[in-house]
Amino acid sequence: MAALSFVIPMSVMTLFWGIIGGVVPWFIPKGPNRGVIVTMLVLTAVCCYLFWLIAILAQLNPLFGPSLKNDTIWYMYYHWS
Amino acid sequence: MDSFFRSEEMCLVQLFFQTESAHNCINELGHLGLVQFKDLNPGTVAFQRRFVKEVKKCEEMERILRFLENEVVKSNIPIPADFTSETIPVPRDVLDLESRFDKLEQELKEINSNRDTLRQNFTQLMEINHLLQMTDDFFEELPSEDSVYSSKVTCRRTSYTSTNGPLKLGFVAGVIKHERFPAFEKILWRLFHGNFVLRHAEIKPHEEENMAEDPVKKDVFVVFVQGDQIRGKIRKLCDGFHASMYPCPNNAYARKEMRTNANTRIEDLRLVLKRTEEFRETTLTAAAANLQEWTSKVKKMKAIYYTLNLCNIDITQKLIVAEIWCPVSDLNSVHTALIHGSEQSGSSLSPVVNRIQTQQTPPTFNRVNSFTTGFQSIIDAYGVGNYQEINPAPYTMVTFPFLFAVMFGDCGHGLVMTLLALWLILHQEHFRKLKNELIDMLVDGRYIIFLMGLFSIYTGLIYNDCFSKSFNVFGSSWSVRPMFHPHGPWTNDTLHDSGHLHLDPLVSGVYSGNPYPFGVDPIWNIASNKLSFLNSYKMKMSVIMGVAHMLFGVTLSLVNYINLKDVALQFIPEVIFMLSLFGYLIFLILYKWCVVMKSESAPSILLLFINMMLFDYSSEGTVLYRTQKPVQIFLVVVAVLMVPWLLFAKPLLLYRKHKQLKLFCLSLFFGVKKAFFSLQVSMADIFVYQGIHTIEYCLGCISNTASYLRLWALSLAHAELSEVLWKMVLQVALRVTSGMGSVLLAVTFAAFAVLTVTILLVMEGLSAFLHALRLHCTPSTYTPDVAFGFCS
Repeated sequence: MAALSFVIPMSVMTLFWGIIGGVVPWFIPKGPNRGVIVTMLVLTAVCCYLFWLIAILAQLNPLFGPSLKNDTIWYMYYHWS
Repeated sequence: MDSFFRSEEMCLVQLFFQTESAHNCINELGHLGLVQFKDLNPGTVAFQRRFVKEVKKCEEMERILRFLENEVVKSNIPIPADFTSETIPVPRDVLDLESRFDKLEQELKEINSNRDTLRQNFTQLMEINHLLQMTDDFFEELPSEDSVYSSKVTCRRTSYTSTNGPLKLGFVAGVIKHERFPAFEKILWRLFHGNFVLRHAEIKPHEEENMAEDPVKKDVFVVFVQGDQIRGKIRKLCDGFHASMYPCPNNAYARKEMRTNANTRIEDLRLVLKRTEEFRETTLTAAAANLQEWTSKVKKMKAIYYTLNLCNIDITQKLIVAEIWCPVSDLNSVHTALIHGSEQSGSSLSPVVNRIQTQQTPPTFNRVNSFTTGFQSIIDAYGVGNYQEINPAPYTMVTFPFLFAVMFGDCGHGLVMTLLALWLILHQEHFRKLKNELIDMLVDGRYIIFLMGLFSIYTGLIYNDCFSKSFNVFGSSWSVRPMFHPHGPWTNDTLHDSGHLHLDPLVSGVYSGNPYPFGVDPIWNIASNKLSFLNSYKMKMSVIMGVAHMLFGVTLSLVNYINLKDVALQFIPEVIFMLSLFGYLIFLILYKWCVVMKSESAPSILLLFINMMLFDYSSEGTVLYRTQKPVQIFLVVVAVLMVPWLLFAKPLLLYRKHKQLKLFCLSLFFGVKKAFFSLQVSMADIFVYQGIHTIEYCLGCISNTASYLRLWALSLAHAELSEVLWKMVLQVALRVTSGMGSVLLAVTFAAFAVLTVTILLVMEGLSAFLHALRLHCTPSTYTPDVAFGFCS
């Protein structure tokens, strides 16, 4: 169940960028700019997906935690569930 | 459509057309803008070319046009911007326009010189007028010319005036510039020790007298002295000070007459000046109406003559031969344009288009539209690719703004940038009219800025940084409660004791086990050790992006190789080298991220990598996984073996091939010593070239991977600057609790906005732009393989 909270964002983002990079290019109408537009879509999808993936993997198994001021801790104790 | 990915296929075409239709045809080709004329007279100097006189005439006409335009602008006459006549310039137009321009120039010069003379006369008369007016007051103090100069006049030195008998005073009257007057007075005192009386008054100009271009303040003065010699000296002094002297009669009646004279002359001159000005204006307005048309015509003619200079004129003067480079796909349009041109000139024969085969390398042509021009010019600034080589521009259209965004990384600033770019795109006509160089540069790059802004919004959302604040959309993965009793070590006393406390991920519940779904967790924004986490994250991210970009570049160059059949000799060892070293580094980073480990026993990746290269496995606890040592040794050995492969494989193969060719030649022909000699020289060249390429690639791999760390450095700088602006500028005003806080907030927000735009958007934007450019300008990313001529 806890793992579900990791699987959901993973699959949503993979699906999202997968559609942009893999499915939308098939629907671009034929014209002089088709090649350029398809290249841009695929590259954008790859770059953005990779960037998001790095961000989420870096936080998967943290080796140390944040160091907070004591009044921030006090506030978070009562207001952040 | 292949055209943008690779430069277009070009063909060499020979054109034959008649001399009469030459102008029209070249005009049509010029409008098309798709051909490049080859110089068929390469040996001739500029002065020896056929149409050099006509080109000179066109340049002379351009000079006259510039002079005209200056005059028009000086007189504030508006030049009508739109003109629609597209008449084709013909040779007889040259003579016609030339004579017209000469006449106009003469006229204008005459008018100008007349006007200047008239103005000079006018000023002189005005000065005389003022002089006569003011000296009236001075002379009234002398009741008659025979009387003694009484002590009513305040003289600074009184002793000299007490003489007996009547004195005869002479005087010098004139006009001098106001700022020179004190010096003039001082020198008079020094020379004559007070033996004179000086009177002066400033000329106050009336409003309608401002006929001069820049009115200079002038003073009227009269010097009363005794004796003629002194007068002569004073005259010389006045000459030295460029004071204009005027003869001023002694008695009041003569003065009055002179004044009426001067007045009538002034009225006449005024009229004449007005007429001259009107005439000048009408001439200039008439010229201004046609100015744009003439300028474009002259430019076209000059271009046509310049092009004609490149062609070959047949000996019988009836035919012109030209050779052009033209894209194969546009041959038809070129043909149509030529036919159109010849029809316009009324010639009966249509020009002949003849495509010829050639061994020469055609020029590189990349077809661009308004969106892709900016990116293509960035690539071309580094180096124009070879003919039919792969064009890196379509990939740059995404990687360049993306790498910029990784360094810029703030969604608030990104949003401002996107809006600015949108404004530029929608109003580009208006901006182009301003004709300012900096704004032109911005407008040319409007699509680049737009994409940079869009990507910056995305990376800003992932860095969770919006004007240095974070969004908490999904709920943080870190919670504080489990750190307290009974789960964890803290009590209420711990809170009172220390200022900062560390959350420990090993205590269950503190870290929820699931990372924040989109981007960096918002808790890091309020943590005091935020940089420890972010630095490690961003550095590893830069290395991963760097290696990915470089691998992409090497793979792109594979397409060039397939064209030139070089895969095994160069591509494979390059890829293996990069993957075995830097691909393994990426693997280490990902492994350390994905596997759970205690922070005390987690080895540093940097140390691991250094020890791997040094084969140093002595220290304990330096393994991430069990079989690490043999795997690492294997990878380093493989990488080292790639270097001689890169260095020697290709040259040795070529050497063997040419040796076979040489043997074949020797068996068939005689006297191939020359070929043999050239073969020896070129073998050394091949080895040297290959050595350079190998060293460049291997060292470049390492240095470029390290240089991608600038992605980390710049995003850190940007985040810190933006945080400083928040903490020290805006937060100060937001903390004020009194009533004046709202006023202070308004002022502080203005300062915050100005500083954000100038420092964070302009300065950081330019800096990130330059660094992103540098990351694209490495030869190892897009190895343009200079076809050395030996590709098999």
